[in-house]
Amino acid sequence: MKINSPLEAYKFLPATNCGECGEATCMAFAAHLIDRSHKLTDCKPILEAKFKKKYEELDALLAPEIREVEIGVGDKIVKIGGDDVLYRHKLTFFNQTAYAYDVTDSMDEKDLVERVKYIQDFKKFYVGNFLTVDMVAVRCTSKDPAKFAAAVKKVVETTDLPIILCSFDPAVLKAGLEASKGRNPLLYAANKDNWKEVGELALEYDVPVTLFAPNDLDMLKTLAKTFAEMGTEKLVLDPGTFPTGKQLKQTLTNFLKVRRAGIDGDREIAYPIMAVPFTAWMAHDDPVSASYWETVVASVFTIKYGDIMILHSTEPYAMLPELHIRDTIYTDPRKPVTVDPGMYKVGEPTADSPVLVTTNFALTYYTVESDIASNKIDCFLWAIDTDGIGVEAAVAGGQLTAEKIKKGIEDSGFDLKKDTSHNTVIIPGLAARLQGDVEDATGANVMVGPADSGRIPGWMEKNWPPQKK
Amino acid sequence: MTKKMKLSQLSDMLQDLNVESLEGVTIEGDIELNITGGGGLNPALAYAIGSEISQISLHMANIGRILGFPAEQLFASAFGMAEAPQPQALPASPKIQELLASKFEVSKVDNWKNPIQEVTLGATSGDGGSRKSTVTIGGENALPYYFDAEMPHRNYVTMDVFDMPIGMAKAVKGNYEDVINDPAEWAKKVVRDFNADMVTIHLISTDPLINDTPAKEAAKVVEDVLQAVDVPIVIGGSGNPEKDPEVLEKAAEVAEGERVLLASASLNLDYERIAKAAMDYGHNVLSWTQLEINAQKELNRKLMKQCNVPRDRIVMDPTTAALGYGLDYAYTNMERIRLAGLMGDDELTFPMSSGTTNAWGAREAWMVSSPLNQDSDWGPREYRGPIWEIVTGLALSLAGNDMFMMMHPTSVQVLKEITQTLYGSIESEEIDITNWIGAEV
Repeated sequence: MKINSPLEAYKFLPATNCGECGEATCMAFAAHLIDRSHKLTDCKPILEAKFKKKYEELDALLAPEIREVEIGVGDKIVKIGGDDVLYRHKLTFFNQTAYAYDVTDSMDEKDLVERVKYIQDFKKFYVGNFLTVDMVAVRCTSKDPAKFAAAVKKVVETTDLPIILCSFDPAVLKAGLEASKGRNPLLYAANKDNWKEVGELALEYDVPVTLFAPNDLDMLKTLAKTFAEMGTEKLVLDPGTFPTGKQLKQTLTNFLKVRRAGIDGDREIAYPIMAVPFTAWMAHDDPVSASYWETVVASVFTIKYGDIMILHSTEPYAMLPELHIRDTIYTDPRKPVTVDPGMYKVGEPTADSPVLVTTNFALTYYTVESDIASNKIDCFLWAIDTDGIGVEAAVAGGQLTAEKIKKGIEDSGFDLKKDTSHNTVIIPGLAARLQGDVEDATGANVMVGPADSGRIPGWMEKNWPPQKK
Repeated sequence: MTKKMKLSQLSDMLQDLNVESLEGVTIEGDIELNITGGGGLNPALAYAIGSEISQISLHMANIGRILGFPAEQLFASAFGMAEAPQPQALPASPKIQELLASKFEVSKVDNWKNPIQEVTLGATSGDGGSRKSTVTIGGENALPYYFDAEMPHRNYVTMDVFDMPIGMAKAVKGNYEDVINDPAEWAKKVVRDFNADMVTIHLISTDPLINDTPAKEAAKVVEDVLQAVDVPIVIGGSGNPEKDPEVLEKAAEVAEGERVLLASASLNLDYERIAKAAMDYGHNVLSWTQLEINAQKELNRKLMKQCNVPRDRIVMDPTTAALGYGLDYAYTNMERIRLAGLMGDDELTFPMSSGTTNAWGAREAWMVSSPLNQDSDWGPREYRGPIWEIVTGLALSLAGNDMFMMMHPTSVQVLKEITQTLYGSIESEEIDITNWIGAEV
């Protein structure tokens, strides 16, 4: 983005304050253009012919420094790139790193289909949603275009996930493109030897293409400049991911340099970057070591500017941390992830149902809620306003206190004495030290639940309903 | 006078040029050439008509080409060109035959002007202590591992030791069952077997809600640990804000001259007492706040201005929230603190420490399987736990963290390997990745 203040964007807007975009004023709309929560096309008046010039100018000013590249089609389409800043607290990072897991054209058909389905179906609950992975990379290990085409065809039949076609042989890539027509796959890769043929394929089939110049940023930029001149800016840059030692340090340096140059305005190299943590498998024989190191390399380049990567290990102990570190880096750090404080009914609670409290930190809330709901426990659950801080930290920091709990329950219009038959509150195990205070503040019986909400079901079996005193 | 020429007449003319393939092609004649002027063709008019007709014949020739006739050759031979031109490339082909050379350049950051404070932990006999070696952290002039400036010190790991048996994730516990009742042996083990750079002794039994061990008794454990190992040590209280000042005072006293790190001074306890103990007995102070950059500034300021702690005796702990449990804030909090320090905020130019062990609180690290049946299989927790601790620490190392408090031997080993790799001190066989696609894996 060439501008960073709402005032600069405002100058181009119609200044009618018509409200069609949902904002009261054009200035407010301008602020949302800068933080990217609105799109310019949300402004209907500027789409009129008379504003065409201003629209085009502003559109160019608002374009992200790093180009955005799309891979795949339909619901599962993956967008990569599109970033404007080097540090996420300045704006947030957009388009989280796309994770592609590999299959090869030498695999048995049955194994291949099974692996593709596993990749497609892998999911992990987190903050009210499921974390999943994005793509399948088909590697040509057979060197045979026909075999490659058959494998690509199988993948295309099995999944809607976008795919990456991996070979340095243009004939193989062409066979893969034919087998995946209409799916907008990413080509991997053009290098200094095959660039002409692979470039022709990328243009002919109108698909994005990766440029591979291991540890040679001059060549990487040369390729990017040449491809742009040839007529495509749907480019992904792979500066090479060397898996160990000083070569790995150099790899990090290359990533840092390429992204900094791009954000600083060098258009010739302002494209999404690819990492290939897969290469960890070339350095380690033992699968656990290889998986660990692959996850470590993936984490480094998820944090530092990898926009897309190709991975091999599908062990959950590799995939779970990968999914979480990616979510960590692509969560907007400028605002805590919270739920609205207040009372939530889980299932169909009655006066005999338990009353539980937790915090309004989204992670805590959704974890507790899903643990209860998936075990079919009907209850009342309060998200106490802790400014979006989790239980343990909120107790230590004073954001979760007996008074806060009392106020939270009362503010929702709920009366523990009248609306329950038991006048009992269950507090989280990590807030055990508040037990006495909560009893004093609310006049209710206070029970201490388990430290992890995953254990609520077992705890309920033993402790609910409470013994009459 | 106007002469009109129909397109059909043109095809007659073209026949003279032997454009055989156009025979039988009728083009419905909307197009007319209007030729105005007097009788006879003057040279200018002839030129103009010639130009128009040539244009039209080119269009016609193109039609011929579309129909498959090699019109270029015909033109070439008709006009006596020495060589027939090459057939025109397909539209999708690149016009470019050679790479367009370009040089990559990028500038260094120009507003990181303030080095991070260096802090030394531990004291050798020469400095009035009994450690065999010391550890120095801080001193950075750039973000970690960045090419803008040499990173002066690598990252260090201090491993946790407790003064009483505690609840631990199964994967962690297996490593310590033989020493769990003996903090000195525990300390020896982490240094000897697990390559710990330092040891943290946590005096958690002093908590009034646990064993309420008197401060004096707890201090003996500190003495034992100092005897048992010769690396620098960190001394942690129980986290009870009422009791910790007293416990840390006593511990500081028995460790006089060893330049330990007292953990921690915080805003919710009497930090002045802890700072004073550190000054009286020659130690460093861990300035601990909870994920809040302004609170961190406030506490650092108070330690410096109100308690007269010198700058080279402060380490910050801005709190580590585990992967998937708030690391998103912890990461950015540290990154902002480090950037602010580098850019000259002298209330934030201190090295940082992370309680990376917190990662073991994440259920993904220790739970046998997911409590949610919609989740995919989580696989064996023995492998899940250590990587949770590694990735938590690794992320923070990239945000600027200097030292890590950790628990699992595998986590320590891998974290040290990756951070030292990025630091540049790990030699390794070079690997040729040029043809990685074909790798048999």
